Amino acid sequence: MYMLWSIGMTEFFTAVTQHHFLQYALAAGLLAGLGCGVIGSYVVVKRIGFLAGGIAHSVLGGMGAALFFGFSPTTGAFVTAIIAALIIGMVTLHSKEKEDTLIAALWATGMAAGIIFIAKTPGYNTELMSYLFGNILMVSRHELWLMTALDLLVLLLVGLFYKQFLAVSFDEEFATLRGVPVTAFYLLLLVLVAVTVVLLIQVVGLILVIALLTLPAAIAGHYTRTLAGMMLLGALLGMGFTAGGLAIAYTPDLPPGAVIILLAGLFYILSLLLYKLRTR
Amino acid sequence: MTAAPVIELDNVSFRYGDMIALENINLSINAGEFIGVVGPNAGGKSTLLKVVLGLLKPSLGSVKVLGRSAFESRTRIGYVPQYPRFARDFPITVEQAVLMARLGQTRWWGGYTRQDRAKALQSLQETETANLLKRRLDTLSGGQLQRVLLSRALACDPQILILDEPTANIDQRVEVEIFDLLKKLNERLTIIVVSHDIAFITSYVTRVACLNRTLMCHETAHIDGKLLDQLYGTHVHAVEHRHD
Repeated sequence: MYMLWSIGMTEFFTAVTQHHFLQYALAAGLLAGLGCGVIGSYVVVKRIGFLAGGIAHSVLGGMGAALFFGFSPTTGAFVTAIIAALIIGMVTLHSKEKEDTLIAALWATGMAAGIIFIAKTPGYNTELMSYLFGNILMVSRHELWLMTALDLLVLLLVGLFYKQFLAVSFDEEFATLRGVPVTAFYLLLLVLVAVTVVLLIQVVGLILVIALLTLPAAIAGHYTRTLAGMMLLGALLGMGFTAGGLAIAYTPDLPPGAVIILLAGLFYILSLLLYKLRTR
Repeated sequence: MTAAPVIELDNVSFRYGDMIALENINLSINAGEFIGVVGPNAGGKSTLLKVVLGLLKPSLGSVKVLGRSAFESRTRIGYVPQYPRFARDFPITVEQAVLMARLGQTRWWGGYTRQDRAKALQSLQETETANLLKRRLDTLSGGQLQRVLLSRALACDPQILILDEPTANIDQRVEVEIFDLLKKLNERLTIIVVSHDIAFITSYVTRVACLNRTLMCHETAHIDGKLLDQLYGTHVHAVEHRHD
């Protein structure tokens, strides 16, 4: 077993030095890992995993429409993700009891619209599968630059407003009393979740985004005392899972997105067991 | 301390949908007072505090805090909630939770300043919890958490301190310690505290506001069994506490 693992890893790292597409895939994995660790920490502590899932799935509508009308699917994903985040955010703030229903509605109708648009666009099968499950091996240089820009934007905003995001995530009522514009920061946080979702769709596809957005941060939460620590460890774990999943998937020719998620899921279960034993 | 009104409620009413929570409340609180708000469950105590904090807007009437609207003055009030509104397993240290009180008084970008940290430490020292500075919040006992939440309220340099049943979930020894501390803080702050235990708080507060949708204010010396029966709508046994 160890021999097979060792041969597989050697084969992968040799291939990375030879093939641009693998170098791009590895870079995309590392960039996605960074975003998922930072924003995923907010998703975990604020318990908005379902909300993030709703944003991710509704994005298919925008990607499908963009493809059908001849625009870049990434542009469609961006616009839809941000609109979905703002709609869900406003409903959450003003009518909490309708939040679940609205997220479920956006989730399903977004996907349905996307499937119809893609069905009416030639070559839909390949496109649909890569949107749903990701295609990290097809990431282009242009997409890498875009991912880098998105990561920098996320890091810049989180660095500037770390205090406010922490306060809004921790105790909205107290943040209001301290004069923090809670609505604005909550909506900005959801927009950052939307941006990260688009970032991650490249790697694992929209169906699996929710796992990469929660699992590395949730594991990090077992070992850290602060949100910043959770973000740092979450980002390192996210990078480890994407790079590791890519490496494991290479030799047996498995879908990298699915392997990345399985790896993260396995580590999460192990970490949860250890955490329960430690805190019992 | 001068006896100028710091909080003025003029004919304030508040309703949640069809349910009236507060009705025609008139209350004037002077600087330096220590007011105890008592009354039955669902009598409107927490609603009254939230109206004063500017978190709820009255359906009728007006609220002035420190000469301005309640919402405008909210940053000058230290608040200890009845139930912590945060997830107990949130990854945050005591220091970071207390530092949050500096929002609104510190720079808008980046981390907290050295002065903010010094202020947070000073507030923790005041409640004798400075040794907990680096502890994760979810490792604290109930009494320790209440003291830390009191530090958080103090770290914003408030002029008024509002506490909603700060000792509801802790043992009586700690309750006495916290009220002794509040008595000391009353030398420089106006304090409003909600409590179920009218007999206990009468030895600390200067005035009692009895609230059951409407309000009756009394000097502590005037609280008797008849008044309690009237307030709670049933016969109430007064239990005398000793704080030696």
